[in-house]
Amino acid sequence: MNISLSITKNIHEWLFSIMPEGIASITEMVLIAVVYLAIFAVAGLYLVLLERKVAAWFQLRIGPNRVGWWGLLQTMADALKLVSKELTGTERADKFLYNLAPYFVIVSSLMALAVFPFSQEFHAFDINIGVLFLMAISSIGVIGILLGGWSSNNKFALIGAMRSGVQTISYELSVGLSLLTMVLVTGSLQLSEIIEVQKNGWLIVQGHIPAVIAFMIYMIAGTAETNRAPFDLVEAESELGAGFHTEYSGMKFAYFFLAEFINMFIIAAIAATIFFGGWLSPFGITESIPLLGVVWFLGKTLVIVFLMMWFRWTFPRLRIDQLLTLEWKYLLPLNLLNLILMALVVWLNLTIQF
Amino acid sequence: MSYFGNIAKGIKTLLTGMSVTGNYFLHSRKGAITQQYPDNRETLKMFDRFRGEVVMPHDENNEHTCTGCQKCEIACPNGSIEIIWDRQLDPETGKKKKMIDKHIYHLGMCTMCGLCIEACPTDAILWAQNFENSVYDRSYLTKVLNKPGSKVKAGIED
Repeated sequence: MNISLSITKNIHEWLFSIMPEGIASITEMVLIAVVYLAIFAVAGLYLVLLERKVAAWFQLRIGPNRVGWWGLLQTMADALKLVSKELTGTERADKFLYNLAPYFVIVSSLMALAVFPFSQEFHAFDINIGVLFLMAISSIGVIGILLGGWSSNNKFALIGAMRSGVQTISYELSVGLSLLTMVLVTGSLQLSEIIEVQKNGWLIVQGHIPAVIAFMIYMIAGTAETNRAPFDLVEAESELGAGFHTEYSGMKFAYFFLAEFINMFIIAAIAATIFFGGWLSPFGITESIPLLGVVWFLGKTLVIVFLMMWFRWTFPRLRIDQLLTLEWKYLLPLNLLNLILMALVVWLNLTIQF
Repeated sequence: MSYFGNIAKGIKTLLTGMSVTGNYFLHSRKGAITQQYPDNRETLKMFDRFRGEVVMPHDENNEHTCTGCQKCEIACPNGSIEIIWDRQLDPETGKKKKMIDKHIYHLGMCTMCGLCIEACPTDAILWAQNFENSVYDRSYLTKVLNKPGSKVKAGIED
């Protein structure tokens, strides 16, 4: 077992002292998986609440404020309601795939969470191809969407799923290339290594002009990856009902919904880790307290999540041809140019380092 | 060159849009338009143009300005207004004169189109801003707009 599970050393040593090595490491993995599941199920619910509050403020409303203080229990109540609801389905749906689809979506988005360094210690799975792993896992989710749309025996769901396929295949390129641009500076795909490099200045400062361009491209493509407005053709309410999850109800619908918000968190967390230094504090002001890394990481992530919400409540939805024009005629050529620019910057040692 | 010009223009317009919504976001606490209805029942005031229901205002002498011309009844597209009228002797002039007995208004059939109020030549009927119109029985929705014992204001027909 070469997986470094380094969340809390005490539990680690205690487990290994009372059990044989194999069982102990499996127990440890299960424990960590349960902790992550619990944390992110709740975190996803609070992201939904945040989205609703932010949407309300953008529209000069108040937002949920009845259930619990300031509406803090609103999404908990919604989740409880969804759990208790009947799971309906269409006639002549492909039952097996129909039931499988939500799990693809939720599992792929939860898997991606494992590799994030929340702080120096709080890091479940420090894999040496971290960025590649993230890219690979986050594009598996689209299989769930395609399966869900295909198997529900519904025109709207099918159209939504096919649009999702087109969109994800196109924008996957831009996400990958913009992250590759940053990998040129770090020289490593391992996320802990990437953060180590940023101790001399966050990558967006180190890489200056090409890094800013890469960040902009990453934010556009990342928003498209999560199927959020202005790229929400997949579930365009006015055109397709609810898109691929039209026929889902109860907890299966909640899985899709939760996965969408966890994906948003993941995209924001990747941006925070790669461009803004992850758990590093600005100028190392809280370097002596390693626990504050979690606060910095979540703070940076939530700022980027807010940026994505700001996009959502500002921009109108793109048409499908505009969506593809934006990717293939603008983002992709710019990205390739930017890659060359970044390579030149790194080659000529023009990076800014403190 | 228009390729990069388009990109610059696109970014500029996107930022303009974001500044508008960002401005709303920052001022949302002051300008929230949400009415938390049952809580603010006492202070809630509907705006003037809200169409709640048709009423007939009476002054302190229990006089209204409806002459019984029936223009509202004719104007109503779905027959929500019925006027029961009678020719009675006018006590002042001694001539026979058209007077309303009951101005019946079926709120349940009204679509709030406002044609009756536009048609009224004497402004006898007006919109009220009352919106709590739910009742337990349909028959309560049929309302007699003129109060019992009321009469038309003098000089309104001249």
